[in-house]
Amino acid sequence: MIVDGIGASVKRVEDHRFLSGKGHYTDDMNRPGQTHAVFRRSDSPHARIKSIDIAAASKMAGVVAIFTGADLAAEGVGGVPCGWQIHNKDGSPMAEPMHPVLAIDKVRHVGDPIAMVVAETKQQAKDAAEAINIEFEELGGISDVRAAIAPGAPLVHDDVASNVCFDWHIGDKAATEAAFANAFKIIKLDLTNNRLVPNAMEPRAAISEYDISSGEYTLHTTSQNPHVIRLLMGAFVLHIPEHKLRVVAPDVGGGFGSKIFHYAEEAALTWAAAKVLRPIKWTADRSESFITDAHGRDHVSHAELAVAEDGKFLGLRVETLANMGAYLSTFAPSVPTYLSATLLAGVYTTPAIYAQVKAVFTHTVPVDAYRGAGRPEATFLLERIVDVAARDLGMDRVEIRRKNFIPADAFPYQTPIALQYDSGDYQTTLRECLRMADYDGFEARRKAAAAKGKLRGIGMSTYVEACGIAPSAVAGALGARAGLYEVANIRVHPTGSVTVFTGAHSHGQGHETTFAQLVADQLGIPFNQIEIVHGDTSKVPFGMGTYGSRSLSVGGSAMVKAMDKIILKGRKIAAHLMEASLDDVEFKDGKFTVTGTDKSKAFAEISLTAYVPHNYPIEELEPGLEETAFYDPKNFTYPGGCHICEVEIDPNTGTVAVINFTAVDDVGRVINPMIVEGQVQGGIAQGIGQALLEHAIYDESGQLLSGSMMDYTMPRADDLPNILVGTESTMCTHNPLGAKGVGEVGAIGSPPAVINAVVDALRDYDVRHLDMPATPAKIWGIINAHTLKMAAE
Amino acid sequence: MPQISLTVNGKPASAEVESRTLLVELLREKLHLTGTHVGCDTSQCGACVVEVDGKSVKSCTMLAVQAAGAHVTTIEGLASADGKLHPMQEMFREHHALQCGYCTPGMVMSAIDLVNSHPDGLSEEQIRHGLEGNICRCTGYHNIVKAIHAAWFVMHGKEMPIAAE
Ligand code: FES
Ligand code: FES
Repeated sequence: MIVDGIGASVKRVEDHRFLSGKGHYTDDMNRPGQTHAVFRRSDSPHARIKSIDIAAASKMAGVVAIFTGADLAAEGVGGVPCGWQIHNKDGSPMAEPMHPVLAIDKVRHVGDPIAMVVAETKQQAKDAAEAINIEFEELGGISDVRAAIAPGAPLVHDDVASNVCFDWHIGDKAATEAAFANAFKIIKLDLTNNRLVPNAMEPRAAISEYDISSGEYTLHTTSQNPHVIRLLMGAFVLHIPEHKLRVVAPDVGGGFGSKIFHYAEEAALTWAAAKVLRPIKWTADRSESFITDAHGRDHVSHAELAVAEDGKFLGLRVETLANMGAYLSTFAPSVPTYLSATLLAGVYTTPAIYAQVKAVFTHTVPVDAYRGAGRPEATFLLERIVDVAARDLGMDRVEIRRKNFIPADAFPYQTPIALQYDSGDYQTTLRECLRMADYDGFEARRKAAAAKGKLRGIGMSTYVEACGIAPSAVAGALGARAGLYEVANIRVHPTGSVTVFTGAHSHGQGHETTFAQLVADQLGIPFNQIEIVHGDTSKVPFGMGTYGSRSLSVGGSAMVKAMDKIILKGRKIAAHLMEASLDDVEFKDGKFTVTGTDKSKAFAEISLTAYVPHNYPIEELEPGLEETAFYDPKNFTYPGGCHICEVEIDPNTGTVAVINFTAVDDVGRVINPMIVEGQVQGGIAQGIGQALLEHAIYDESGQLLSGSMMDYTMPRADDLPNILVGTESTMCTHNPLGAKGVGEVGAIGSPPAVINAVVDALRDYDVRHLDMPATPAKIWGIINAHTLKMAAE
Repeated sequence: MPQISLTVNGKPASAEVESRTLLVELLREKLHLTGTHVGCDTSQCGACVVEVDGKSVKSCTMLAVQAAGAHVTTIEGLASADGKLHPMQEMFREHHALQCGYCTPGMVMSAIDLVNSHPDGLSEEQIRHGLEGNICRCTGYHNIVKAIHAAWFVMHGKEMPIAAE
C-alpha cells in the first residue's frame, strides 16, 4: 500500500522552494548580456497615429534599439491569431480583424503597444520610451457594448460593421417559443456580469534569446501553456518552425486564465532578440498588467424564464451582448458561446432553451477566459433568475430548485443545448450543503442580527459546469483551432525511479505533488521516487496546458494511459524472467506476480532488466522502459454542487460582511483533499471578489478608471470569511480516474450565492435584483431610496 | 552613483545604486535575492515585504539609500543554515497556506512581524486585519489565517488548544 497515493493530503513538494525564496519565476532569471525592453503604449482609447518620431529617444543613454509596427510589418510578421472561430446565425464566419503585434496606423485601446524600446537597463528603456514623440489624431472611443452597436458609434475596426464580431445562436427557437406560449408566468431579468481584471500576483514577464549559430530562439514566459504559445507564435506570427523555437514557462505566479493567451509582447520580444542579438527581458508593471492582460466577463444579458403554475421551468431564452474588447484574444469567441450559453440548462430539466449572443468590439482591453470562463456568467444568470422566479411565484427557494433538478437516476442526461452530462447528484450536494450551513437555523440568526441592527440574509446557488473541453473532433466542429487532448511521457529509470513529463502546467495547482501521488498509487512505488517535469517545450513532447480545470481529468488520464503501457511492457519482461505466460502475470502494489504462486518481481527489478537486457526477450521487445500517451477525452466533465452564503448588511453604511460561506462540490475523484479544498477556497474568494468588490470600470470613451490596485478592489483577508468546504462526489464515467476538475468550481458557484444572500438581506427594501459588485454605495442607495419613498407615502 | 553598505541576512553587503533605486531593486537585481517579489507599483500588495531593523517594510516603498547601514532580513534569511525552515514557513507548509507561491515571501515576512508584535495572543480578526497590506490571489486567505494562528503558538512556545485546529 502506498501511503502517499490517491486520497492522501500529502504536503506539497513545491512548497519548500516557494517558502524559502527559491522559486524560479521568470523575472527572477537573468541572462548574460541581457537587455531590457519597455513598451510605449497608447494613452488614447482610439486614435490615428499620424507620426512616430524615435530620433531623440534613439540617441538616449543606453538605448540599443527601438522598434515600431512598421519594422515588424516590413519583415512580414503576422498578426496575433485567434484560436477559436465562431459562425454567425447565417453560417458566415465571425469578423476576425488583424491584431498587429505593435500598432500600425491606429491604436484601439489604452495600453495598445506602439513601440518597443530595448536598452541596457529597464530605467533607460523607460526614459527613452517616454521620449518617443507620437502625434495622434483622436478618433473618440467607446467602451459600452450597447453604445458600440448603436448607429453612428465609432468603429473599432474599419472593416467590421456596427462593431459586431459575430451574431450567434444555439438551441431550438421554435420549441422555446412554444414553451413560452404555454407559460403560467414569464420571469424577466436584465443583468450585467461585471468586467474583471484577473490580477494574478505575478505580473506577466518574458525573456527572449536568439542563438545565431544554431538559429534557435528561446522564450521564457509566464504562461499556462508553453506549447500553445510555441504553436501560435511560431506558426502564425513569426514563422519559426518548432525545432527552432523553445518556450519555457518556469514557476508561474498564478494565471486564472490570463496567462493562457498568446500576447503581442511575447512575439515582439522573440522577434527582436534576433535583431539585437542579445537576450531581452521584459516585466510588466502592475499598471501595465491592468491595461494589457486580457480582462474577464463583461456580458450584458436579458433573460426570460417561462414557468408553470407549480414552479416547473418550461423554457428559457437569453440574449447576451459580450464585450470582446479591441481585438480577439486567443480563446475569446468561445467564452460567451460554447463555454457559457451551453450551460444554460444548469442543473435543471428545462426542456426548451434558446440563446443568442452578439459579440461586440469596443475600445477596451481584449476580454477572454478568466477563472470559470463563461460558466460563471451562465450560472449567475440562471441562479439569479431562479431566485427571482421563486420570489415572483411566492415559492421557497430550495423547493423550486428541488422541483426542477435533473434527478440522480437520469444520467447520462442530454440537455436541450448540446451537452450531455455524464453524472451528478444535485439533491445530495444541496442536502449536504444545507446541513453544513445550518440552513434550518438561519431564521434564528436573522433575528439575532436584527436585534443588533443588522440585516442578515442567506442565499444559495446550485450549479453544474463543464470542463476539460473535448473531444478534439467535437471542439473542432464547434470552432476550436486546436486539439484538446493532453500528453504524458513516463520515463522509468534503471533503478526504478520515474520522471513524468506532462503537457499540463502548474502555476499554483500543486501538480508536482498531485501527479506524483497519482503515479505512486498506480505504479506502487514510493512518492519520493517520482519527479514531475512540466513547462518546457524542449523537455515535454507536447501539451495543451492548464486551463478549464483540465489538468487531472485530461492530463492525469494521459498519465494513466502511459502507465498502462509501462505496466504491460513490465508484465512481458516479468513473464520472460519468471518463465510464465503473459496472462498469468499480474501487477499489483508495485510487484509483478505469477498468479497463484509466490513468484514475483519488484518494479525496480523489471526496470533494471529493461535497461540491462542480459536475460531479456530481445526478439519481441525493445529494451528500455519509457512510454508516451496522448489522451483525447470522450466528453466534457461536469463538476457541480451547491454554495450557500450568509451575509450581514449594515444599513447605515451599506457594507456587506460575508459571515459564512459553505460549499459542497462534486468534483469527481479527489487525489489530494488538502489541495482540492484550497482550490475551492481560492475560487470562492475570487467569486466573492466579483460579487462584492471587483469592477474594471471604463469611462464612456474607453479610459480605464480602476487601473491600479488603489482603484480596483482586490479581496483582502478581512473581506473574506472562513470558507467551509465539503465534497460529495459522483465519478466521471468516461475517464479512467473518474476525475471531473476543481479549479473553477469556486469562482462559478459563488457569485450568485452571494448576491442571492444580499437580495435576501434586503427583502424589506423591495429589491428584485442587484448587479455585481454589490458595493456599499449601491446598497446604501437602495436602502436610502426606499426609506425616502416610505417617508413620502 | 552612491555606494551603500548594509547587512542583509546577517552578511555585509554593498552596492552602487542610483538615488532612485528602490530597496527591492537593490535586493533583487544587485544582490540577486529574488525571493522578495514585486506584485504592484502602488504599494498595495505586500509581495515585497522584508524586515528592516526589526520592522516589516514594503521594500518597494523604500529607497535603497534609505537602507544604508540597516539590518535587512529577507525570506532567504529565515531558514537556519542547515535548511530547517522557520516555524512560520513550516506552518505555511503544514496548512497549505500557499499555492502559486508568489505572495508567499511577503506574506510570511508580514506574518512573522504580526506574531512577534502580539505576544499576548492573536485572534482570527487580528490576523485578518494584520494582513490588510498583503494580497493573495490564490488561497482565499483561509489557510494563511490558519497557518499564522498555529505559528503563533509555536513561536511563543505555547501549546495549541486542540479545538482551535
Ligand atoms: S510590490 Fe511592494 S507593495 Fe506591491
Ligand atoms: S499563493 Fe498565489 S498569490 Fe498567494
